[in-house]
Amino acid sequence: MERPAAEPGAQPRANGCSGAAHGALRNGYVRGLPAPDTQIHHIVHNGGLYKKPFNEAFEETPMLVAVLTYVGYGVLTLFGYLRDFLRQWKIEKCQNATEREEQKDFVPLYQDFENFYTRNLYMRIRDSWNRPICSVPGAKVDMMERVSHDYNWTFMYTGRVIKDIINMGSYNYLGFAQNTGACQEAAAKVLSQYGAGVCSTRQEMGNLDKHEELEKLIARFLGVESAMAYGMGFATNSMNIPALVGKGCLILSDELNHASLVLGARLSGATIRIFKHNNMQSLEKLLKDAIVHGQPRTRRPWKKILILVEGIYSMEGSIVRLPEVIALKKKYKSYLYLDEAHSIGALGPSGRGVVEYFGLNPEDVDVMMGTFTKSFGAAGGYIGGKKELIDYLRTYSHSAVYAASLSPPVVEQIITSMKCIMGEDGSTFGKECVQQLAENTRYFRRRLKEMGFIIYGNEDSPVVPLMLYMPAKIGAFGREMLKRNIGVVVVGFPATPIIESRARFCLSAAHTKEILDTSLC
Amino acid sequence: MAAAVGVGQQWVLVEMVQAFYEAPAYHLILEGILILWIIRLLFSKTYKLQERSDLTPKEKEELIEEWQPEPLVPPVSKDHPALNYNIVSGPPTHKITVNDKECINFASFNFLGLLDNEKVKNAAQASLKKYGVGTCGPRGFYGTFDVHLELEERLAKFMRTEEAIIYSYGFATIASAIPAYSKRGDIVFVDEAACFAIQKGLQASRSNIKLFKHNDMVDLERLLKEQESEDQKNPRKARVTRRFIVVEGLYMNTGDVCPLPELIKLKYKYKVRIFLEESLSFGVLGEHGRGITEHFGINIDDIDLISANMENSLASIGGFCCGRSFVIDHQRLSGQGYCFSASLPPLLAAAAIEALNIMEDNPDIFQTLQGKCKRIHRALQGISGLKLVGESFSPALHLQLEESCGSRENDVKLLKRVVDYCMNSGIALTQARYLEKEEKCLPPPSIRVVITVEQTEQELDKAASLIKEAAQSVLN
Repeated sequence: MERPAAEPGAQPRANGCSGAAHGALRNGYVRGLPAPDTQIHHIVHNGGLYKKPFNEAFEETPMLVAVLTYVGYGVLTLFGYLRDFLRQWKIEKCQNATEREEQKDFVPLYQDFENFYTRNLYMRIRDSWNRPICSVPGAKVDMMERVSHDYNWTFMYTGRVIKDIINMGSYNYLGFAQNTGACQEAAAKVLSQYGAGVCSTRQEMGNLDKHEELEKLIARFLGVESAMAYGMGFATNSMNIPALVGKGCLILSDELNHASLVLGARLSGATIRIFKHNNMQSLEKLLKDAIVHGQPRTRRPWKKILILVEGIYSMEGSIVRLPEVIALKKKYKSYLYLDEAHSIGALGPSGRGVVEYFGLNPEDVDVMMGTFTKSFGAAGGYIGGKKELIDYLRTYSHSAVYAASLSPPVVEQIITSMKCIMGEDGSTFGKECVQQLAENTRYFRRRLKEMGFIIYGNEDSPVVPLMLYMPAKIGAFGREMLKRNIGVVVVGFPATPIIESRARFCLSAAHTKEILDTSLC
Repeated sequence: MAAAVGVGQQWVLVEMVQAFYEAPAYHLILEGILILWIIRLLFSKTYKLQERSDLTPKEKEELIEEWQPEPLVPPVSKDHPALNYNIVSGPPTHKITVNDKECINFASFNFLGLLDNEKVKNAAQASLKKYGVGTCGPRGFYGTFDVHLELEERLAKFMRTEEAIIYSYGFATIASAIPAYSKRGDIVFVDEAACFAIQKGLQASRSNIKLFKHNDMVDLERLLKEQESEDQKNPRKARVTRRFIVVEGLYMNTGDVCPLPELIKLKYKYKVRIFLEESLSFGVLGEHGRGITEHFGINIDDIDLISANMENSLASIGGFCCGRSFVIDHQRLSGQGYCFSASLPPLLAAAAIEALNIMEDNPDIFQTLQGKCKRIHRALQGISGLKLVGESFSPALHLQLEESCGSRENDVKLLKRVVDYCMNSGIALTQARYLEKEEKCLPPPSIRVVITVEQTEQELDKAASLIKEAAQSVLN
């Protein structure tokens, strides 16, 4: 592959890497060098599946930056060992909480090594996370100020409130996190009528008429036969995957799937095989091998094969290649479980999710799962699909039998916001939100690219990860942005690979252009 | 100098050639054959030791064509007892409308009657006006509200521990807490009658599980002794294997309490940590509702972790764990249901705070509740065909069939007829639901009877006599 010619006048990038550097090097582990502008993936033999260009870019880490990052972590680790040593010999005061005197001779609850990372690296930049807020998590938010006098071991609240911080961290894609308006009024009415809790499980005495109404609405929204709602998005995955597959089945899961999918797959007892992120060749190879060779050792055929993918991956900002996955699924007769936690409401011309974005038939996806926390401003999860599937889940899902059902005001919020998005409440507010979000996404990504940052992910995804790489930058970026009254989310190890720490922006329909411009400058 | 070296080199070469000529013929031939063999091996094709498959691509295609998977879900018959839910129209409070019939509610776990309380609802309304409904983020990323922090402080103060942590779903509380501490290779001693959430937490933790008979301290001590003798064989491993006992304060499946004082003695004798699950006993047992530790008068620091859900007495949604900071702080980074899930909606947290306020201001409701439990426990004794299972002060009791009719299905159908009879006459009851294939020790089918503070004495008596009547007519 020829080296792309260096752009005339390529400016050094804002995070310290010069544009020419990554285009000019060829290292052993570089996958392929994209041109400085986005690479358009048109899969030649599947050209007919994509109706519009699918632009994803994952620029490779420049070599210099990778080395510096490792060096940074190495230095921190050394310091960590040194301080542990000092603490052990009581030269430095140990500020951790400690075990009770009476239980000192018990087997220690935590191994020293497990908490090494927490004690030494995480503690230094702990103030970037768990920031308490005291207002609606909308476009602007008020934060409680906290200071630490002992380098982040303990925090004290000064009592002052920092007002009007631009919120680029909450998952508020369509801007439904409001405390005024039709949704809130409806929820208030239901709260005064029904109360806050339910005190029973779905199968016993917890199935309210509101739940039935909600489920019919979800089925209509998604375009499936039937749907079922649960109290927590995380629990929806971890409690329903075990009900669908068991021993003797095969689960093919993406590399970067969310912890709830991984936990659900583990709890089910099925065999799990992982395919490379969004890589259809890897998936096809696994499918072929699985069907041809059967179960390991006994060679019996698999009972079922379930493919677990997400609509938008929250750490990468990439969108699943759904047309190809569905083609593969049909060819190899397996089942597809799509987790639309971030993509429902955020993608597609009318907010119906990644299926609508690609223009596909929702009946092709066997199990459509999603959550209400992100785009609908409520809490809980749902599963939609054919009627037999939902009937089975009503009977055998762990959540229906043992866990409390959704709280009524939350149900009302979901109903109102869903009707608003569908346009059934008579206004075009919903449609406008969806379009505003799409515009915001494109604008923000374009501007960030122009400024020279490395951005991951698909052009149309409202989750924008901005690469930082070095451990010191994680803390510094978070604090500097806060000084300028912008709240962002920074993530490092272990949620991301060790050299790929990033800051993540979550765009929202509630962000106006001025807000975006302020944050960009 | 250079000339001398050159001569020396030449001299070595000459020696080599001479040796060549002087070697015996067979030696040269052998070496020649060896060299030729090596060259051949280097250039021949290598093959793997384990040939993956001898299948041609055509055969692979055929296999793929022939393979038929099972259907994604097996069909469920239309009259499966769990498929047709009762539809409750309106709030599930004391007077409840089930399937369009007005009944008195003996089936929701609303022990302190706080579901319908005006003060709780007002607090939730205020929170709704301030924060909206959802939190749009996990605790780590702008999902921590001041109400969450306040609720955690209040719970810790109420239970008199150092710290508390809140989860957004009751089931996920204990199911995330156990795997945060107990990993592969650790040992957990758990009661047979532990609820499903505990079982899932244990399954997720991949530790060694040892079940002991329900409330049987002798059996538990036997298991602990066995473990001790194992330890002596391998002391290095024993020094890093953590041990836990997981018990419930008030068991949901049987209505008994666990013998906590004996457990504490065993804890210090065998150096095991105790995790206590207090979903049913929080807000029910004890003089101020602090649960089973207050009921038995035990120092709360002796229990390593107390976990409870707020969906029963506090009439909200979610759960919490409380204990010493040393133990609880670990969950903030490694509790899966805490880190990877959105936080509790603030209106539910505000409702829980207000419910705590009410519990602290009126400590006599606990005595009232216990009185009512004892009353109905007495009244439900001696029903022909049904036996009452549970302690006299437990607000969640089970009515099981005295004699089973052979199969579980028929038992379930029979109990359903009893429940329907009661519902038609104005008392809402429900059967206790279980996942038959998934439970480790499946309890027998039963009817759940739940006592709340709001039920009057007449209603309690009416319920008791109605159940007697139903049992008479259906079972005889």
